[in-house]
Amino acid sequence: MKKWEGGKKIFGWLNSNPTLFGSFIFIFAVSLAGFLAPAIAPYSPGGLEERGILEGPTWSHWMGTDELGRDLFTRVLYGARVSITVGVGTALIALVIGTAYGLLSGYTGGALDHLLMRVVDIFYGLPDLLIFILLSLLLGRNIAGVLIALGLVTWVRFARIARGQVLQAKELAYVEGARAMGAAHLRIIARHILPNILAPILVTLTFSIPAAILAESTLSFIGLGINDPYNEWGTSWGTLAQDGWRAMRTYPHILFFPGMAIFLTILAFNSFGNGLRDLLDPKGKGK
Amino acid sequence: MTRFLLQRLLHGVIVLWVVATLTFVLMRVTPGGPFDRERRLPPEVLANIAAKYHLDEPWLTQYARYLKGIIQGDLGPSYKYLNRSVTDVIADTLPTSVLLGILALALALLLSFPVGVSAAFYQNSWVDRCSMFLATLGISSPHFILAGLFIWFFSLYLGWFQAGRWDSMSSVVLPTLTLAAAPAAYLSYLIRSNLLETLGEEFIRTARAKGLRETSVVFKHALSNSLIPVLTVLGPLSAALVTGSFVVEYVFAIPGMGRFFITAVTDRDYPLIMGVTLVYTVILVCANLAVDLLYSLIDPRIKIP
Repeated sequence: MKKWEGGKKIFGWLNSNPTLFGSFIFIFAVSLAGFLAPAIAPYSPGGLEERGILEGPTWSHWMGTDELGRDLFTRVLYGARVSITVGVGTALIALVIGTAYGLLSGYTGGALDHLLMRVVDIFYGLPDLLIFILLSLLLGRNIAGVLIALGLVTWVRFARIARGQVLQAKELAYVEGARAMGAAHLRIIARHILPNILAPILVTLTFSIPAAILAESTLSFIGLGINDPYNEWGTSWGTLAQDGWRAMRTYPHILFFPGMAIFLTILAFNSFGNGLRDLLDPKGKGK
Repeated sequence: MTRFLLQRLLHGVIVLWVVATLTFVLMRVTPGGPFDRERRLPPEVLANIAAKYHLDEPWLTQYARYLKGIIQGDLGPSYKYLNRSVTDVIADTLPTSVLLGILALALALLLSFPVGVSAAFYQNSWVDRCSMFLATLGISSPHFILAGLFIWFFSLYLGWFQAGRWDSMSSVVLPTLTLAAAPAAYLSYLIRSNLLETLGEEFIRTARAKGLRETSVVFKHALSNSLIPVLTVLGPLSAALVTGSFVVEYVFAIPGMGRFFITAVTDRDYPLIMGVTLVYTVILVCANLAVDLLYSLIDPRIKIP
């Protein structure tokens, strides 16, 4: 019963805000298409069957073909899987590390808090894009390596927000009450603090996903991101765009379609984040 | 004031040391090196190369040499560009990146203030909606897509500018537009939301109650009070712009520091990678320090201890 009401509430939100609804539908469709790519893609992603190379969009090849005759629509579908995985994976890694760190720091307070926050300050002063490139050299230019490297440079944002929220939530009367009644720390954190800090963290999570997708596709575009040509999971949209860049003058469609895929996906996540923020924080206090 | 400055400087030095150490360790533990070729070089040659670049010494000695070099402003020899030091390469390329960055920052500020303020002023009107829609588009467009669009439209279709050249005033236009778009969008968004927040405060009501004109309320009272968050992002933003964007320099073939960083990474030119990272960090630290100092100028309530 409770669950159903929750679902109804979410539906009500989506219905009241068309941008939120539209972007949600788009994100859902892109993710679904990406993960079902092996089943729904019209051709095989790496197959070099007998067909025309560098064809413009036709009925049989919606987005045309590339210089090796591979169907671009199929490659873009597989690329969706890569982008969504990198975006959501990075955001989740950053969320777990950052929130745990911020919780620990804010909840304990005192000298430990001070020390932990100095570390965060230093991380904030780091050039994150450069550190990410160096980290991904070490971890390997594959999806997992890029995902971990991106997660390791974005977690500080979550740490700061989580700590700030915990400091506020700690002072709430019923949290103090729970502590006075002798509730265990873990219980207080899980039952009273976490639900209170969820909203801003959720918003940060939504904005971290497009940021990660943008970073990954940009770096793949300049050849410093995912570079693993035999990967069955799919080729990054950034790499596809790079292929298209070289042929831009004569065959603009190879750049256009992967480019639009990246742009629209990032746009959808950003619009979703904006909508979510307005919804969860009607006064617009958060940034 | 002096204490604050010293504190910030110390913080900056620590950040620099962390970055120097981090890049040093990362470069040493990363598998593969600049001298790994498809055909293996004879061991004698490898030994000679190692001796030339002091790679045969223990790590700690190398680390000490590296730190000592940084203090003296010597970032070591480049592995890729023979007979050139990393300091030389950076000194050659940084001015180009700085020029492009300053132009882009100026353009972003010039665009975002009128857009952000008018969007807040006419909140929920079509002006607001259009500009915020444009801002969302700007934030969501990767550099290479914008660059592709600009090149296609302005160079190929209209034939106004030549892309991929860096020899005249007009070659600056498209890269600057591309680089400025996202910060302009982000700043207008930020200016609008902060201005709206400030406009909802008590002292604004007082100002209005005094019978001040609306323009005076917005420009004199609200705007200066809503600048602090904008200033906060200006630090990292200007550092990022001034050091040049990798992608913009890459797609427009601009001989700036970012493009050399990309080739340095693909060539595994470790000293150059470490050098660029350090220079970038120095600029970032300085920009943040400048922003901290500007706070007290804009808002007298913030006192520097």
